Amino acid sequence: MAQNTRTTPVGTPTDVTQNHVKGGIGESTLRPDGTLKVTGEFAYSSDMWHEDMLWGQILRSTVAHAEIVSIDTTEALVMDGVYAVLTHEDLPAAKNYGMEFQDTPVLAYGKVRHHGEPVALVAADHPETARRAAAKIKIEYRELPVITDEASATAPDAILVHEGRDDHHSGHVPHPNIVHRQPIIRGDATEAAKRADVIVTGEYTFGMQDQAFLGPESGLAVPSEDGGVDLYVATQWLHSDLKQIAPCLGLPEEKVRMTMAGVGGAFGGREDISMQILASILALRTGKPVKMVYNRYESFFGHVHRHPAKLWYEHGATKDGKLTHMKCKIVLDGGAYASSTASVVGNASSLSVGPYVIEDVEIEAIGLYTNNPPCGAMRGFGAVQACFAYEAQMDKLAAKLGMDPVELRQLNAMEQGTIMPTGQVVDSPAPVAELLRIVKARPMPPEQQWLAAGEDADVRALPGGLSNTTHGEGVVRGVGYAVGIKNVGFSEGFDDYSTAKIRMEVINGEAVATVHTAMAEVGQGGVTIHAQIARTELGVQQVTIHPADTQVGSAGSTSAGRQTYMTGGAIKNSCGIVREKVLEIGRQKFGSYHPAWANAELLLEGGKVVTDGGDVLATIADVLEGQAVEVEEEWRHRPTQAFDLVTGQGDGHVQYAFAAHRAVVEVDTELGLVKVIELACAQDVGKALNPLSVIGQIQGGTTQGLGVAVMEEIIVDPKTAKVRNPSFTDYLIPTILDTPTIPVDYLELADPNAPYGVRGIGEAPTLSSTPAVLAAIRAATGLELNKTPVRPEALTGTL
Amino acid sequence: MRVNFTVNGRPQEADDVWEGESLLYVLRERMGLPGSKNACEQGECGSCTVRLDGVPVCSCLVAAGQVEGREVVTVEGLAEFAKDRTEHAGCASGTCGTSLDAAKRWEAKPGQDSQTGEGVELSPIQQAFIDAGAVQCGFCTPGLLVAADEMLERNPSPTDADIREALSGNLCRCTGYEKILDAVRLAAARQERQGEAV
Repeated sequence: MAQNTRTTPVGTPTDVTQNHVKGGIGESTLRPDGTLKVTGEFAYSSDMWHEDMLWGQILRSTVAHAEIVSIDTTEALVMDGVYAVLTHEDLPAAKNYGMEFQDTPVLAYGKVRHHGEPVALVAADHPETARRAAAKIKIEYRELPVITDEASATAPDAILVHEGRDDHHSGHVPHPNIVHRQPIIRGDATEAAKRADVIVTGEYTFGMQDQAFLGPESGLAVPSEDGGVDLYVATQWLHSDLKQIAPCLGLPEEKVRMTMAGVGGAFGGREDISMQILASILALRTGKPVKMVYNRYESFFGHVHRHPAKLWYEHGATKDGKLTHMKCKIVLDGGAYASSTASVVGNASSLSVGPYVIEDVEIEAIGLYTNNPPCGAMRGFGAVQACFAYEAQMDKLAAKLGMDPVELRQLNAMEQGTIMPTGQVVDSPAPVAELLRIVKARPMPPEQQWLAAGEDADVRALPGGLSNTTHGEGVVRGVGYAVGIKNVGFSEGFDDYSTAKIRMEVINGEAVATVHTAMAEVGQGGVTIHAQIARTELGVQQVTIHPADTQVGSAGSTSAGRQTYMTGGAIKNSCGIVREKVLEIGRQKFGSYHPAWANAELLLEGGKVVTDGGDVLATIADVLEGQAVEVEEEWRHRPTQAFDLVTGQGDGHVQYAFAAHRAVVEVDTELGLVKVIELACAQDVGKALNPLSVIGQIQGGTTQGLGVAVMEEIIVDPKTAKVRNPSFTDYLIPTILDTPTIPVDYLELADPNAPYGVRGIGEAPTLSSTPAVLAAIRAATGLELNKTPVRPEALTGTL
Repeated sequence: MRVNFTVNGRPQEADDVWEGESLLYVLRERMGLPGSKNACEQGECGSCTVRLDGVPVCSCLVAAGQVEGREVVTVEGLAEFAKDRTEHAGCASGTCGTSLDAAKRWEAKPGQDSQTGEGVELSPIQQAFIDAGAVQCGFCTPGLLVAADEMLERNPSPTDADIREALSGNLCRCTGYEKILDAVRLAAARQERQGEAV
């Protein structure tokens, strides 16, 4: 098989100037990368190309839990076009990596712990050659029993997924197969239960969801002359990757230079390392650039998923609807490697009460080690599973009390000043009742139009759609509501910061700002916002966004709804320092000519230095002339605390975000098919820096919640722990036909502690969307439905 | 094997193509046209949609040898393709793009900067995707643009149900599709206004 005949150079990220995009904060400024993305010229990580490059391929385990008896690479090595075949024996340095626990092998050694774990590695001159060579590697396994749930994991004689754990949670967990346990005890739930007139309990199951970002894990590693490596990859956090990659390559961090390649979506699935270390090792080993691109099948094995969960809840209320107490136990399956399971446990427990006032609670959340696929970060991060359960409980309680479910929620809704079960006071607006009021007050989508008009149904609008499964017989409508609470940013005492380097200079007589951060633009629109902030703070029109790389300090992760808050805050902060420096230069230069230079309230606006009264003192270009001002500063949000390991008390979270949904569904009760007609959302965004992007985030998050409600689930065989549906043929995500109209209302109730008052947006809409759809299906069918996703067999009693 | 075909109006030749290679691979890795995206490579997501003799296809499912002597339009050629269509009204076959002579004379227009978008001429559907906020991560965008452009060619005034049906083979994970619908409606409205103006 031949070499590439392509002649174009490697597509590397370039400066995205913004000459054609204007606008400050609060405006629906268009994306600066929009033109590149619609013309096909935007270089995603899988588009990287280098003359003379090789292709990397992973061989993954075909079993979930086994001892590796032997690996034979002889046949693969002798194939034409194969440059390297590596196993764990060839690893240059550290054999394990991990974000919170270094428990994940670069290539399996001794044991494999889940289906699809990387075992061996090939580099060849054509991807097909690499795949064929990988298939020639012979691995002999001695299979072990699989641990797949709480019972098998915590049995006294259970095999340990990781023997000899010595991580920071291993000392306090009740069993070594429990990654982390977080109880929260506040008040006396047992005593308070005596005041309850009604008590409802429920057991809920949340399926394993996949981020299913469209751009596959991919990138290019180029060996450099100094023995290091230049790495172009799609990730959510360059610096976190760097910290994990360098020790595995045996290189100092400065010899691993990372540049963000175009990212095709993330949703948490790119927080963990995927192909970064493997491509780098192949590049260092072969001395050639190595490109690696997962196919979709591999992508399902190549990143962590949302934790599937079992949740047990008990709520009590007085007959007038006041909640008396809540008890819950949440079991999250973390799979074979820890990833961020411990933090997910912290989130699930601390947000398990939902946006409600309940003084007496007894909460326990645990995260398991099993031989299921590893689970970690995904949009909503532990709060999603809890919201699904507590919102089902609210409906159950309302039904038992004979109350309107929205009124019950509003009666118990938290507000500013409410104390969380962790003891933390909610010290910024918490418009829970108001968000519910907004979605409830929306006009309903028209009733089944084809009936009203006496016309034939447009089958495309019915459950089953183009499959023509019904013409409306047996189709019933239901309406459901839900609301949720999500923390924003990294919690539990994590030193969460972001860095922004801002440069201001004069080019062709005009003041121009350059924003350089390591922020991952994963599609959320950070690049748009960052330029808007710089334009607003520095009063310039021209802003260049420098490609994200490790030549500037960490921006933290593009996750947890934190990036606009954190890197936006860092840019605002650094711009403020730049502004002061510009003014200082101006004072020294022109202060003697005009007394207003002594004014403390000088502003930069429209490329000029102006007084708060609007008098122009000078142009920025005249102040700076040939001089450039450059500032690189770290910026932090207010500190948080770890939760107490016994009581769960502590000011653990930075900020909270709230969203509510109303779902209207139609269900074909004969075939068990669901069509979501409308999914309205109301959310408090604090301050909409870019309304167009805000609505895009809310609609996208809502759709992911819809997906898990009715179709999305990675199915793992309980007997073998093998993944059954790693493809877009078998793992379904919503199409445009499955997704309804999503009207959005947003409030802008500023958080006084946040830059511009912003509130993280991306995650909250994923929470309440799922339970709202479930509630609507329950309303339509009268069924209990305690598991996501709702499959036809659950609706037709053929389970 | 050698494959000769026309891409975006320009004759192209790919040498040493392995028989199992897809059109998508040839476009991306041999032609230097990575605009068609590789999200599932099994015909499920539509990210690699191109037009083959005018018909939208998943280029990942087309063997490279099948395109011998045929015409392919990718997202990279969409603007020029749409412009030609407007200028030669009535040609809706999708195969009436640039002539061979015109293609050979092709050169980049002065003042265009592909990195900044300055001076780049876009098709109505491309512009509408930007304006409506239908681009987030953008990985699904090329396939959606090719599919939507083809639908608007057939059906200049689509209903929402028409749009949903036409784009049901294209997955998007970021937007929730609402803004994609907005974009297609916007492009249709603009084209209609443009038609009236003519």
